[in-house]
Amino acid sequence: MSSFSFKDAFDKVNQGPLPYLIVFAHIVTGTLLVYFQPRSNLAFLVLMSSFLSLYFFNTSNRFKITAAVVMTLLIMPILGVRNIFYLEVIFQISVFAALALGLNIVVGFAGLLDLGYVAFYAVGAYLWAFFGSQQFFVLPYAPGTQPSDLPFLLAGDFFYLFMMLGVIVAAMTGILLGLPVLRVRGDYLAIVTLGFGEVIRVLANNLDKPLNFTNGPQGITPIQRPSMPDWVVDWFNTIFGPLVGHEVNTSHMYNLWFYILALMVIMVIVFVTKRLDDSAMGRAWTAVREDETAAIAQGIPLVKTKLSAFAVGASFAGIMGVLLAASRTFISPESFSFMQSIGVLSMVILGGSGSIPGVILGAATITILNLQVLQGFSLYLNELRQSDAIIPIINFAWSDLSTQLDPAKYQRLLFGLILILMMIFRPQGLIPAKRRERKLALEKTE
Amino acid sequence: MKGFLKYVNVTEIVRPIGQLLAFSCGSAVVMSAIAIGIALMLDKTAVGVDLLDRYNVSVYTYTMINLPQVVIDGLTIGFVYAAIALGYTMVYGVLEFINFAHSEIFAVGAFVGVELLIALDSSGMLAGASLGMAYSYLILAILMGMLAAGGLAMTVERVAYRPLRGASRLVPLISAIGVSFFLQDVIRLVESLTTGQFNRIMPTFGNFDQRIVFGKFAMGTSNITLGISVKSIVVIVSAVLMLVALNYLVNATRIGKAIRAVAQDRNTASLMGINVNRIISTTFLVGGMLGGAAGVLYALKFTRIDPFVGFFPGLKAFTAAVLGGIGNLTGALLGGIVLGMLETFAGSYMGIFTMGAAGSEYKDIFAFSILILVLIFRPQGLMGKNVGQKA
Repeated sequence: MSSFSFKDAFDKVNQGPLPYLIVFAHIVTGTLLVYFQPRSNLAFLVLMSSFLSLYFFNTSNRFKITAAVVMTLLIMPILGVRNIFYLEVIFQISVFAALALGLNIVVGFAGLLDLGYVAFYAVGAYLWAFFGSQQFFVLPYAPGTQPSDLPFLLAGDFFYLFMMLGVIVAAMTGILLGLPVLRVRGDYLAIVTLGFGEVIRVLANNLDKPLNFTNGPQGITPIQRPSMPDWVVDWFNTIFGPLVGHEVNTSHMYNLWFYILALMVIMVIVFVTKRLDDSAMGRAWTAVREDETAAIAQGIPLVKTKLSAFAVGASFAGIMGVLLAASRTFISPESFSFMQSIGVLSMVILGGSGSIPGVILGAATITILNLQVLQGFSLYLNELRQSDAIIPIINFAWSDLSTQLDPAKYQRLLFGLILILMMIFRPQGLIPAKRRERKLALEKTE
Repeated sequence: MKGFLKYVNVTEIVRPIGQLLAFSCGSAVVMSAIAIGIALMLDKTAVGVDLLDRYNVSVYTYTMINLPQVVIDGLTIGFVYAAIALGYTMVYGVLEFINFAHSEIFAVGAFVGVELLIALDSSGMLAGASLGMAYSYLILAILMGMLAAGGLAMTVERVAYRPLRGASRLVPLISAIGVSFFLQDVIRLVESLTTGQFNRIMPTFGNFDQRIVFGKFAMGTSNITLGISVKSIVVIVSAVLMLVALNYLVNATRIGKAIRAVAQDRNTASLMGINVNRIISTTFLVGGMLGGAAGVLYALKFTRIDPFVGFFPGLKAFTAAVLGGIGNLTGALLGGIVLGMLETFAGSYMGIFTMGAAGSEYKDIFAFSILILVLIFRPQGLMGKNVGQKA
């Protein structure tokens, strides 16, 4: 985000020990602000933006990794448990970051516009929702008529197995969908994937008969979570209790654990993405993205290449779906709407398609905009409505403002504006992907 | 009269009407035959027994009783799809780009028309209107919807698509998705700020809700009533008029020639002295106007509209355009009619044929299955030529 007019000044500051100091000061300031002002959104933004300074300032890799680990595994959890809303925010950021990273492989690397990406997320979520709840025994009952004393099919700890299964099942769904449709050109693919997303949602809505697989629009609940031993909670309380300031209970610990699981998934995704990007497959993806015809001429198997991108992207959505089902203990078709797909797409586009830090930044920005800025703005407008204030020049009383003007409900406006503006003014995204440089001499030796 | 006819290319008026007739009758006959065939096959199976138990009719009788209504409904919605699909297909023909925001342009047309009629209604002008006045109000609403939608389509092209011309294919498509989402919420915002709610109901006026009954005839123990509601006739007639007008515009006028030239080769067209930008704007204007009119007609037929009303019709119309062969005007007509028929038949009969396991709730995804099937087996569409990929 270092804009070009400031680039020289930024470069001057960005050398020697100064960057270490700035980053350290930023992190400490953010931490202290959030610690002492747990309700302030601004303080939270200061803390979150310290990731940006960590990324942009020129420090050694060891410092970056240490700082990032301390931030994500120590500071965030403690501050998050202190104000559980922040834990929700950072959990959602991690979930969406993982989803956006998965979509990034499809859109950013392989250049396939997938508008039904949450369908794979839904596949993962419904997979665990079906096997991790009583739904198996609800099969013969219409929604709402089942007896309440049904057993669970599997124990909660099967969750970890199903995270793996979610990867496989979602990847297989991706291949099954991809096989027929990947032969069509990019813009058709967009519509077909959109259609597929809607098909999955309609199926989730309607597969409550003849056998009740999904419980229809009411969704499935309760979905089990993996077991959380008491000693973990006690242990957390003894070590961090004084810092947190209140007793941490099991449900807090669950939130924390799912956040950490999401982080682990993100790390796996980043690792896999980087390795894939450097592999022959990654180069094939780039080739297909840049020029399909030329790629075919070079002997790149088109369908296989696209299919692998599709399957890899889908598998990440699948694992996050399983995670979501367990963390929320409730899922319904509402969570997997077309708007969600576009939300994830805007994250990728905003951050910079093909760029890992960019996509994470995009996910964080849009999630914070959604959860904090828009809702904060709504609350602020509500307060203004309650007051007797009047806009001076046009003589308009705030209390006359329609209650329909509720920014929190206008996410589509936000996503739409982001997509249009980014495409017109900065199609490469906030943090553009680094283009691979040509290394002809090196490649000859391969 | 003779002097006038010299300037009118009569074949270009007669030909599309003939095509429309042929497509409508053809798809109606084929779909009816399939439905009747399935019904006869199922009559002796568990499905037939189940239906006989519940309603005391055989599957065959049930199918026949409903058939005329299903065909008429299918035609009505098919013509609406065709009108929207023409907007997609024209823009695709000229720019090779899916105008994703077309569904919202349709919705804006619907809202402008409905708001105008609601305003007229609340001023009391609709209630006391004579039949002639009612029709002129409806025509006024359609014209206003066309104007608003056409203007909006041109604006969208100018603001969100033109700066991106020449970028890679996905860039304008993503921008179009953005426009689509943006417009949905703008409609919602404007409606909820001005009226306090964003679901609008088409006022009842004129004789549009009446049914014209052609006759009844006996079928087993029950009677078949053959009838059609006035608004279905209005929808079909106005759609046919628009389609014929568009066909004439594209195939028999100078502007049409320019549009076809730009679609064929933009660079060469500009060398021939055609103002490419203006032609592209015109294309969006015409497509948008058709979409807007289709929006008002849709509101007339289905009465209730909301800001997201364009989403499914838009997608289905796109499917129709692909089904017919995108970029091909006649194909869009055929695709629209076939898709409308298929969907209505599926929505009406699937529930009965599957014993209630899968009914009309799957109607909306029916179109996508067709889209996927078409793309697998005949990517160039029913009427398109396989031209291979443009580099």
